[in-house]
Amino acid sequence: MVALDQTQVKDGVDQETVDAVREVGGEYKYGWETEIEMEYAPKGVSPDIVRLISEKNEEPEWMTEWRLQAYERWLQKEEPTWAMVNYPKIDFQDIYYYARPKSMDVKPKSLEEVDPKLLATYEKLGIPLREQMILAGVEGAEKAPAEGRKVAVDAVFDSVSIGTTFKDELKAAGVIFCSISEAIKDHPELVKKYLGTVVPVTDNYYATLNSAVFSDGSFVYVPPGVRCPMELSTYFRINAENTGQFERTLIIADKGSYVSYLEGCTAPARDTAQLHAAVVEIIVEEDAEVKYSTVQNWYPGDEDGKGGIYNFVTKRADCRGDRSKVMWTQVETGSAVTWKYPSCILRGEESQGEFYSIAIANNMQQADTGTKMVHLGKNTKSRIVSKGISAGKAQNTYRGLVSMHKKAKDARNYTQCDSLLIGDKCGAHTVPYIEVKNNSARVEHEATTSKVDEDQLFYCRSRGMDEEEAVALVVNGFCKDVLQALPMEFAMEAQQLVAISLEGSVG
Amino acid sequence: MALPELNQTATQARLSSLSQPEGGCLAGARHAALSRVQTTGLPGRRDEYWKYTQPDTLVQAVAPEASVFHHDEEPMFGGFDRLKIVFVDGVFDESASDDLELEGVRIDRISDISNQDIHWAKDLYGVLEARGQSPVARPLAALNTAFAREGVAIHVTGKPSKPINLIYMHKSEKSDVMLHHVIRVDPGASATILENGPAASRFNKCTEIDIADGASLHLICAQGRDHERRAATHMFARLGKETTFKSFTLTVNGVLTRNETVVELLGDNAVAHVSGACVGDGDFHHDDTVFVTHDAVNCESRQVFKKVLRNGATGVFQGKILVKNKAQKTDGYQISQALMLDDDSQFLAKPELEIYADDVVCSHGSTSGAIDENALFYLRSRGIPNDAATDLLTLAFLGEAVDEIEDQEIATDIVERLENWLIRRR
Repeated sequence: MVALDQTQVKDGVDQETVDAVREVGGEYKYGWETEIEMEYAPKGVSPDIVRLISEKNEEPEWMTEWRLQAYERWLQKEEPTWAMVNYPKIDFQDIYYYARPKSMDVKPKSLEEVDPKLLATYEKLGIPLREQMILAGVEGAEKAPAEGRKVAVDAVFDSVSIGTTFKDELKAAGVIFCSISEAIKDHPELVKKYLGTVVPVTDNYYATLNSAVFSDGSFVYVPPGVRCPMELSTYFRINAENTGQFERTLIIADKGSYVSYLEGCTAPARDTAQLHAAVVEIIVEEDAEVKYSTVQNWYPGDEDGKGGIYNFVTKRADCRGDRSKVMWTQVETGSAVTWKYPSCILRGEESQGEFYSIAIANNMQQADTGTKMVHLGKNTKSRIVSKGISAGKAQNTYRGLVSMHKKAKDARNYTQCDSLLIGDKCGAHTVPYIEVKNNSARVEHEATTSKVDEDQLFYCRSRGMDEEEAVALVVNGFCKDVLQALPMEFAMEAQQLVAISLEGSVG
Repeated sequence: MALPELNQTATQARLSSLSQPEGGCLAGARHAALSRVQTTGLPGRRDEYWKYTQPDTLVQAVAPEASVFHHDEEPMFGGFDRLKIVFVDGVFDESASDDLELEGVRIDRISDISNQDIHWAKDLYGVLEARGQSPVARPLAALNTAFAREGVAIHVTGKPSKPINLIYMHKSEKSDVMLHHVIRVDPGASATILENGPAASRFNKCTEIDIADGASLHLICAQGRDHERRAATHMFARLGKETTFKSFTLTVNGVLTRNETVVELLGDNAVAHVSGACVGDGDFHHDDTVFVTHDAVNCESRQVFKKVLRNGATGVFQGKILVKNKAQKTDGYQISQALMLDDDSQFLAKPELEIYADDVVCSHGSTSGAIDENALFYLRSRGIPNDAATDLLTLAFLGEAVDEIEDQEIATDIVERLENWLIRRR
């Protein structure tokens, strides 16, 4: 994974291993590119481009207006600079805001009609777009109960969704799972009612830009009392060069419903950085529960920090109803720069928000990530478990807010953030904000930063493990809290990721 | 980046109300500080570093009036043998002060130094304050360096037999005071400095402390009890090898207090403890902002801050431990806790860590909440009345901060005063 600097290597790690790691691990697994004919909107952003995107998606007039208003507001906003990340200034006029495969010109009616090249791309990523299939390459998945194996996938390729699996089966259960562009056409009343109500158009610079130019994304509606019969997932792939991906996800869990949603993302390895600015809005009504899991594996750039994805994402869940619950789980290993704070607004009484995160930054990666828990309702509860690992020359920051409003009687929060540094050229930072405005609310925050525990390492080594294995094991223990919260498909992948990212970083 | 217009106007208004002392060996430092203020501007409502405390009344050209609080309690540190240096509304009171001669220490007044061409204070005055302007600007400290006319320069050369007590009396309702102290502790020397009193209606204090290898300094400060007073204080400390620096601040009452402490551990094996306890009732806003930088091997730092809040009082804590790349084996600890005795109070905290070294242990914790009902129930079931039980638990809560005071007699005295404060509010 990492080409080790000679000076970084500790005594006892033999040079051969380091060389082997350099040779074998130097590659980002998903860095290949699909050669496919693409169609682009002209570079840059302007009202015309906004209209063009709206037109391509065959949107009604109200949607176009909504976008144009967002664009006007975006012009008045300034790029935020408070995060602990450094990157060259983005030229927003040097990006393609819309790119879709030519073969998607006429929207395929079913998966059979989708360009085989696109299907092959997802196959290669381990996400076969065929129904009745479990995710490929997941060891142990066969043992899972039959009904647990199904995962419906919405596949987003650059600016468009190329297809959604298990649509009919979900429809039978009353669940709507489709691309957001389809939802705008087919379910305008739902989109109108909820879009922009959790993340307002003017929320922040990138969310406002997204509101103007989002091209596609996923839409989920789970009707009252329905437990979604399978996991839903969206797989985002950036393929085209110099293209920004702006996706919009809207999830509505109506009263008493439950849904588990997964998200994965990868991109080819390129020398120039690419922008990904997504917005995810989740509405959780009374007694409903949403589990949202992310494995973020965008191209992180090379070891000198060349290329990679700038991942500037706004994710927020609004627990509107009483006893509603949302759970964010994220494993962040990719992206050159991450700026992401999945948040919970705990409005309903006894609503609950949970945030579990592992962020691994290696080489020149920079991650500034965390969560906001805004307690408005009585007896609301939140829990934050964040583990940050820095290696190479990476910087990893936890930034979070816990806010207890005056009316949030007897609200509770527990926060734990741990950071681990591997090597002395990286950094780990914690920036929590705690605001408590009533005395029945109880807030606890604790954080530690430490090196991989020498005693634990020694123990593992005395049992015959080599140093790398030992570090991987210790770190896995350190991250277990988070990994256990992931749906099984991702737990497997994530455990692998933890091991891979830390390989060669020993010393 | 150009200053926002509003900030510029406020800064200009404040600066035009002041005049700089002329000439002498401190003139260069004062001019440099003035240009720092002009560059950064004074704090405004939108500054991130003032997110939880409104700086308006600390910045405005004319200080808000504050009535003098009369009480018949024994003055703070009254029962201890000490060398008294008294300022009344910022003016040195020779008759109330002791003779400034004491073995192991040399004390000069800043106003006298200002008239001299050569003095050791020149190498410290404004120097640590200027260092402390990065990465976060502290314009009120620079303002102090630029305009303060009075204060003391304390040069600790040995081990003085008694503590030095700086007493700040408040007599005029319109007083607006700046004092600037510089303290140098020679290698191997050690001293204790006590401070107490409200000082003025609006008090801006800046203290620069340079502790040489093997030296130690203890500071105990009791910020006065006047209800309407305002204070913005800065303390900049630089620690050499194997040094010890301990500071404890007690704050009782006061409509607005902002205490900033900036500590740099530059020599190996240095130890810095910064702690504070505050109790506030009603119109009370207390802000502890602490920035500890570890830049040497095997140093230890502790930040312990406890706040008891009631009747709409606000407590703020902004703490940071910055561990630089070479500061391996750092042991950093930071705790900020608030006990809210009723529903109207609030606690706002930002306990930060910024770490660039891999072999360190840093932990920070922050909690807030009401009195533990179970503990209260237990005490009541043992026959202790509700009020007394609440006070007992409140004192126990403040205990961890008070324990940071090494002198047991002073610690006991402070606990008694806190207890009386609580009893008066039953």
